[in-house]
Amino acid sequence: MNGTVGNVGLNVGIFAVFVLLTLVVVYRASRSNRTASDYYAAGRSFTGSQNGIAISGDYLSAASFLGIAGAISVYGYDGFLYSIGFLVAWLVALLLVAELLRNTGKFTMGDVLSFRMKQRPVRAAAATSTLVVSFFYLIAQMAGAGGLIALLLQIPNSNKLGQSIVIGVVGLVMVAYVLVGGMKGTTWVQIIKAALLVVGAFVMTFWVLGEFGLNFSALLSAAVEKSTKGDAILAPGLQYKNKLDFISLGLALLLGTAGLPHILMRFYTVPTAKEARKSVVWAIWLIGIFYLFTLVLGYGAAALVGPEVISKAPGGVNSAAPLLAFQLGGEVLLGLISAIAFATILAVVAGLTITASASFAHDVYANVIKKGQTTPGSEVRVARTTALVIGIVAIAGGILANGQNVAFLVALAFAVAASANLPTILYSLFWKRFNTTGALWSIYGGLAVCLVLIVFSPAVSGSESAMIKSVDFHWFPLSNPGIISIPVSFLLGVIGTFVGRREPFNAEKYAEMEVRSLTGAGAEKAVVNTA
Amino acid sequence: MSTTDEWGPPDTTVYQRVQATPEFAQLRRRLRRFVFPMSAVFLVWYLVYVLLASYAPGFMATKLAGEFTVGLLIGLLQFVSTFVITTMYVRFADRSLDPAAERIRREIEGDAA
Repeated sequence: MNGTVGNVGLNVGIFAVFVLLTLVVVYRASRSNRTASDYYAAGRSFTGSQNGIAISGDYLSAASFLGIAGAISVYGYDGFLYSIGFLVAWLVALLLVAELLRNTGKFTMGDVLSFRMKQRPVRAAAATSTLVVSFFYLIAQMAGAGGLIALLLQIPNSNKLGQSIVIGVVGLVMVAYVLVGGMKGTTWVQIIKAALLVVGAFVMTFWVLGEFGLNFSALLSAAVEKSTKGDAILAPGLQYKNKLDFISLGLALLLGTAGLPHILMRFYTVPTAKEARKSVVWAIWLIGIFYLFTLVLGYGAAALVGPEVISKAPGGVNSAAPLLAFQLGGEVLLGLISAIAFATILAVVAGLTITASASFAHDVYANVIKKGQTTPGSEVRVARTTALVIGIVAIAGGILANGQNVAFLVALAFAVAASANLPTILYSLFWKRFNTTGALWSIYGGLAVCLVLIVFSPAVSGSESAMIKSVDFHWFPLSNPGIISIPVSFLLGVIGTFVGRREPFNAEKYAEMEVRSLTGAGAEKAVVNTA
Repeated sequence: MSTTDEWGPPDTTVYQRVQATPEFAQLRRRLRRFVFPMSAVFLVWYLVYVLLASYAPGFMATKLAGEFTVGLLIGLLQFVSTFVITTMYVRFADRSLDPAAERIRREIEGDAA
């Protein structure tokens, strides 16, 4: 096996059709983009079920499809931990965050965090952590895109320049979607993608199970037979030798979701908190069912393709699902599944880009730099420019991270989100005495601790799978910092609040936030758009 | 609500007056009494799972039927519990939170108009 699968012409053809179709959809959706509310929040005109499908489209990234299936195919059970963490995490969003946030905010996470605090410093902090989280998440998606397209175009892993050019082109196409379509276009791409992804995974799952007479146990024993590790793939411990690392990852996954800015922003696209609740319920069911599919696909790829072949293919571990598709349905299924995987990446990158650019334009530009004295038009212009810059930065990062497991990279984004964002979100919603100093300490402190631990972790240097292999400057033993950085951030929020206890307590704003968050009174309304 | 004066001193905002009402306090209490314990339940259950996966891989590798292991079973039970808690919360919110929240919201927005 030299990594040549499928027919390049066919792959490119299916792919081009998909890009063209979605561009048409995005373009049509964009024609009713008029106001900032349209651009950032799609006029709050989506229903709960539409938004729920879009959320799963936003959430089921390359990490979920390519990364988890790949991790299960090579490491067995340890890959399954990702899906469980990614799913259970939604309960935090459902019970504690989604509805309260929808009722309180307008466009960004910063709206909620700064609601009863000093506006400028807290918004700047919220925007900073939004940009960092989105950056990590983007890099992971771009790395996934690079591997996928490299597989489709049959660019071998040795041709780094070729793969880098591919990542660059993919990045530019994605930014184009955001610039043209805004949130409405992005949401539609996410809805289309989620439908394609769930249906595609459903078909493949039953196809794989069919190969084994619909007997999951028979599939497992075939996977065990093919693996050099034997039945160790059916239990935890292959990927995570360090027990604390496993726990650390588990914590980051659980607490990261409800702090992901691009997920939080999706709650603003529905008209009411009740619709926000409905969206989360839809998302939980779709995401849960999808992860059950990936369990079958991962072990199926191990059984039918084999972990050795997967590790050596272009795109490495991330190529398990496309290779399985090729094994099952030849080049046509490979082309289709790859187009779906690409759609997945595209939709997620678009969601991330719009979130990061909205946060910069709305929090930093409009409220910190211009102190609220700006027109929505100029704010949206700034958002579009930012989207372009973010795209370029993501391309550069994606080239650097090319070849890494995307589920692993996304887990780092989750760790940053759980450390920098979640404590402040929960404190400001539920803790009366929480204040500006507490928010700043928790956001910046959590962010800094998390980043420092990542830089000096074996994920960056000093291990076989490190991003920088030539030098070793790691001293932190865990590849995911969550177990340290998340508690530290919660603690910093408390200490900061104590340090800043002489800040005047804003009883008016506190009452407004609490009453609004629980009742929806005064919440941002849907835009009635006749177009 | 026709007369707002009885809610508190006139220099407070409508939100402060609503916040001070027993009806609002009850809504807040009802929400917290559900979501806090429920969050504790799924957090602990998830941590039990993660700890078992880290410290008892041998137990997780026990085969139940064919190649199906305890680890896979507990993993799938995490899916089940997530679906169950989701459904319970939606029923609770629809019945016990929405009517009160809606009533208060209408009072405030009617008041402001």
